Amino acid sequence: MIKSRDELNRACESAKQSLASYDCRILVCSGTGCIATGSQKIYEEFQKIAGGTPGIVIDFKPHDEGRHVGVKKTGCQGVCELGPLVRIQKGDKVVQYTKVQVSDCQEIFDTSVTADGVVERLLYTQKGVSYKSPDEIPFIAKQTRVVLENCGKFDAESFDEYLASGGFQAFQKALFEMKPADVVDEIDKSGLRGRGGGGFPAGKKWKQVAGQAEKERYVVCNGDEGDPGAFMDGSVMEGDPYKLIEGMMIAGYAVGSQNGYIYVRAEYPMSVARLRHAIKELEERNMLGDHILGTDFCFHMHINRGAGAFVCGEGSALTASIEGNRGMPRTKPPRTVEKGLWAKPTVLNNVETYANVPKIILQGSDWYRSIGTEGTPGTKTFSLTGTIQNTGLIEVPMGTTLREIIFDIGGGLKDGGTFKAVQIGGPSGGCLTEEHLDVPLDFESIKKYGAIVGSGGLVVMDDHTCMVEVARFFMSFTQRESCGKCTPCREGTKRMLEILEKIVAGNGEMEDLDRLEEIAQMVKNMALCGLGKSAPLPVLSTLKLFRNEYEEHIVDKKCRAKVCQAMRRFVIDPQKCKGCGKCARNCPASAITGEKKAPHKIDPNICIKCGACMENCAFDAISVEA
Amino acid sequence: MLDQTFYQKADEIIAFYGKKPASLIPIMQDIQGEYRYLPGELLTYVAGQIGITEAKAYSVATFYENFSFEPKGKYVIKVCDGTACHVRKSAPILEKFQKELGLSAKKHTTDDMLFTVETVSCLGACGLAPTVMVNEEVHPKMTPEKVLELLQELRGEKG
Repeated sequence: MIKSRDELNRACESAKQSLASYDCRILVCSGTGCIATGSQKIYEEFQKIAGGTPGIVIDFKPHDEGRHVGVKKTGCQGVCELGPLVRIQKGDKVVQYTKVQVSDCQEIFDTSVTADGVVERLLYTQKGVSYKSPDEIPFIAKQTRVVLENCGKFDAESFDEYLASGGFQAFQKALFEMKPADVVDEIDKSGLRGRGGGGFPAGKKWKQVAGQAEKERYVVCNGDEGDPGAFMDGSVMEGDPYKLIEGMMIAGYAVGSQNGYIYVRAEYPMSVARLRHAIKELEERNMLGDHILGTDFCFHMHINRGAGAFVCGEGSALTASIEGNRGMPRTKPPRTVEKGLWAKPTVLNNVETYANVPKIILQGSDWYRSIGTEGTPGTKTFSLTGTIQNTGLIEVPMGTTLREIIFDIGGGLKDGGTFKAVQIGGPSGGCLTEEHLDVPLDFESIKKYGAIVGSGGLVVMDDHTCMVEVARFFMSFTQRESCGKCTPCREGTKRMLEILEKIVAGNGEMEDLDRLEEIAQMVKNMALCGLGKSAPLPVLSTLKLFRNEYEEHIVDKKCRAKVCQAMRRFVIDPQKCKGCGKCARNCPASAITGEKKAPHKIDPNICIKCGACMENCAFDAISVEA
Repeated sequence: MLDQTFYQKADEIIAFYGKKPASLIPIMQDIQGEYRYLPGELLTYVAGQIGITEAKAYSVATFYENFSFEPKGKYVIKVCDGTACHVRKSAPILEKFQKELGLSAKKHTTDDMLFTVETVSCLGACGLAPTVMVNEEVHPKMTPEKVLELLQELRGEKG
């Protein structure tokens, strides 16, 4: 139990002491990505090895004898593509290992834990250079980590390690040295803007809630990161759950709320587990509950799991879902700050926004304003995915250009591909191309080009991606996820999808492009909620930037990326074909003919373009022509 | 008629979340977690217990994609078709599962109740696309070949 500020400081000191008493820490990445590649087994193996080595103690008090070795599960270490990731930390010296297998653990232990060597073959290598320390790896060195500063460095399930890393310093500063109004002012001055996509100033929102006559208020966190291709918020909830909670507690103090809710999407079971663990531990220590640290401040945290509805990422739909209703948006006003959860004034921010709060309170708004751009201070996390060399979780100052993100941090395209476009902002975002690579990314600059920063999904696409098909893909997503309440979104997305499907199937007409544009504009202007309004953006943006591809599909019946099935033409290379007849036997349409041991032929008029022949050819003789 | 144990389980879950309308979604989630589907009779019972109409309970249950009134297989395979997985070719992986198990866009569960195949919009492991989730375990960097291995492995566990 921690009952006062003094006791919190003492707990912090003793946590720091025990952290300093480690001779060596084995940090096993336990983000969703690395767990998928088997890091849990690596963790168990290291536990076993360390536990079975004479002279090594893994469960110890600061003054116990023996070498103190800790085996810890951390949050995302960043380079997900190269998992499972393991770091060996001795004081300030950290070695990053990649693609670690169970069979490598003993060697790592003998080389880097009990001795001070390095297993060269497991280091991160780029362009022939090996990097020892994670901070030297170009992918990480070029980032600015504020929200993600603890991710990958500490045990994500340990309150003590969070304390030792400076956790709850901001909260106690707010609680004991600042009035609630000062906290709101500081956030307002920092210029922190909501990181969920809209970019609404957080300080303004807090001020409005704090100024309401109704005294029962709520603090709600939107962790319903529904954009496909985005996993930043999930990584924060898994990797540094205490920081999110601390941010929400500060918000609670600032606006006079006693209850916080985190709405987490159902597909993130690990986030739910880590948050539950953190809340339980905080409750046990009386850091959550009534009269926190002996003051009058009471704050309770609740977790709600989503149930698979994308629309619940919209504020009023999210609160409806917490209340146990269908997650449908409602007309505004009244806005969430006036009548949000249970029709009470509600601060609703997303995970990344709250995770920025502790550091702003601790280091001040001037410090925060020194990062990023004038209009959008601070950093932004992005999940960098698609056909790019280094996929993973990144954080950069606002104002960084796409070129720096894709080529410096991301290492350029995968397999030497050619950059075609980057999809930014998820299904409600747009595409940017070569010509936009040097635009500094912030909320305003991107809007000019018909895209949005959104929550921070960046999906890089190379020339094997068909932009018409991508537009169809996003439309099929938004159409499926449309809640059906307002007609423009419900009917509009359906009609746009039909047209896109028609074009992709090779039956498009030129008039379809005008129809598509007209419906898109109508939905953009008339839909009820933000999700509906932004649903046509992928269509509008691809129509603007890749109109020639649409026209090729319609006029020439050609898909240059060779993706659209209806436009693929399968051909047999007579040089490579051995005449084995396997393709002919497997063709469901009997479109392939030929003599035994002589090159076969595909009749394009009969071919149903299923690709079974290509899949079955042992000689690689069948290819697709655009 | 459902077995009496279903109602006992439901009572436990209701007691945990409290008899109030706002408990509906977490109660349904836990029931589905227990039985891998939401038995209709049980939903009616829950509605009565927490003081909402049966119609309201059904309107909420049918709104959210996660709830299913049909029993699901022992292994629920969710093929991710999020943007990152889509551009790294997730479609052939779904096709392979459906082909191997004799399933389609309409038929999701095998007759032996072993496998259910669905798509999901994003699992949050985009760095390792394309991905597949079996129950709560994520499988990275899938290929049509790995689909066969995975199915074999899961079938092995059954015996």
